[in-house]
Amino acid sequence: MSTPDAFAPIAELARGLRARAFSSRELTRYFLDRISRYDGALNSFISVTEARALAQADAADRRLQEGQVTALTGIPIAHKDLFCTAGVATTCGSRMLERFVAPYDATVVARLDAAGAVTLGKTNMDEFAMGSSNENSYFGAVGNPWNPALVPGGSSGGSAAAVAAGLTPVATGTDTGGSIRQPAAFCGLSGIKPTYGRISRYGMVAFASSLDQAGVFGHGVDDLALMLAFMSGFDPRDSTSSEQPDAWLAGAANSPVGVPERAPVIGLPREYFDGLRVGGAALDAARRSLEAAGCQFREIRLPHSAMAIPAYYIIAGAEASTNLSRYDGVRFGHRCENPKNLEDLYRRSRTEGFGMEVKRRILTGTYALSVGYFDAYYVKAQQLRRLIQNDFLAAFAEVDVILTPTAPGVAFPKGDLTDDPIAMYQQDIFTVPASLAGLPALSLPCGFHEGLPLGLQLIGPHFGERALLETGALYQRDTDWHRRHPEGFAA
Amino acid sequence: MAAIDITHLCRLAQLALDENETRAVEGDLERIIRMVDQMQAIDTTGIEPLAHPVAGTQRLRPDEITETVDRERFQSIAPAVEDGLYLVPRVVE
Repeated sequence: MSTPDAFAPIAELARGLRARAFSSRELTRYFLDRISRYDGALNSFISVTEARALAQADAADRRLQEGQVTALTGIPIAHKDLFCTAGVATTCGSRMLERFVAPYDATVVARLDAAGAVTLGKTNMDEFAMGSSNENSYFGAVGNPWNPALVPGGSSGGSAAAVAAGLTPVATGTDTGGSIRQPAAFCGLSGIKPTYGRISRYGMVAFASSLDQAGVFGHGVDDLALMLAFMSGFDPRDSTSSEQPDAWLAGAANSPVGVPERAPVIGLPREYFDGLRVGGAALDAARRSLEAAGCQFREIRLPHSAMAIPAYYIIAGAEASTNLSRYDGVRFGHRCENPKNLEDLYRRSRTEGFGMEVKRRILTGTYALSVGYFDAYYVKAQQLRRLIQNDFLAAFAEVDVILTPTAPGVAFPKGDLTDDPIAMYQQDIFTVPASLAGLPALSLPCGFHEGLPLGLQLIGPHFGERALLETGALYQRDTDWHRRHPEGFAA
Repeated sequence: MAAIDITHLCRLAQLALDENETRAVEGDLERIIRMVDQMQAIDTTGIEPLAHPVAGTQRLRPDEITETVDRERFQSIAPAVEDGLYLVPRVVE
């Protein structure tokens, strides 16, 4: 066997498999060994499913022998521990679901399994996807591979850290207000949150149902597009799943993302750059690179941007308090010992099962939905959501894509923001608006600040993944930030 | 901003907090609500609330049986069941 490259694109690993440079079992063993060697310091996996992975790899090797392959046959991947996996625990980073084994697979899991991908395990995350640092996990914080004393971002911090350290070539994530894009930026990765409705939410543990969307982390945009080709598409089991087909995206399974036929017009929203303290020089350099490739830039206004964080924390809190009311100690999940009566069963099971941030969000949502506050908070937030979406719709009459910073800073030390929820919520300031509007958005590595990765965000119109990924391909053709990897994770 | 009655909210949400947690959460919630109160500065008279980010109506499906209840499988993950029933503390004496 020739040694695979832990940081190689999927297409290169697939070529190695087809050329018999290594088998899927050898490739899977290689990544499992890296996990046991490096993950002690990172804690990016909650469970490693070795026996299952090797069985999937053997099945993939048989299909490779028979020539019955897809672009993912035999390729190792990892899932955020929020996607239900039949027969394997799905904890959602919570004590509430510590022993929960779903009786069915999420659609994302089923589709990637059917494509022949090999699941290495389930990755760490903020409890119920509530957090921006992965410090809210019942299973412990995750280290950032660029410096394990720093956070990887969140909530999909385990998936980001695992890909950045070369413990898996790609990993799934979910993004409600920035949970793929912000950790991608903090860990020096590419990460995409597609249009709301593009990927089925069936089998994703629900946090805020009008915002939750699955996506993926990889090193470059080709891997993101390849994964989306398999993950996306209509699913009758999700009532919000889009029926809009995308032949281009389906084709991304078998060919790399090309550059756009016509260089896009890119909008720079002044609201995202005013007062930006970190990363301005890197974003200027990105602009120059894209200009040299023929892109035009135009300053635009998104005047209601400052309302996105307040509106988001009301809407997400309200939806979370409703969704999480299902955890009652009766049908599944944590149940307290010796309940005195029904009320005691509910209250103690929930109090023991949920961590502090989850309780804060449930109480915020309960407040916003309670008698006397509903119009002032919940309805008001939905009206602002409309204004924020209208801002974007007006902007996309002028420009093809929008470029912004992904996060207001770089990865910060563990513990820095844990006592200050408001400061933590500001991490999402640049990612939440696209979430509220249901728009696709992509984060790409664009440089470093004091040795730590920076990300730029591209936001596209509804179902405009092609424009985002092709603009990303144009940028990654002319830059190599996505090929920089942290030290200390060599083969 | 109206005063936040944490005890009432905890009762609605079926959560119990001890004295220290109550104090901490009360402070956090006051700051969170003060932050979201920025929304009140924007006039939204006549703006239709947006409940769902992508326009379109919920689709209907043909009236065909596609799922069957597999009680045993679903109850296999319940904390306490007996004879196909979920067990809870006695409600009626």
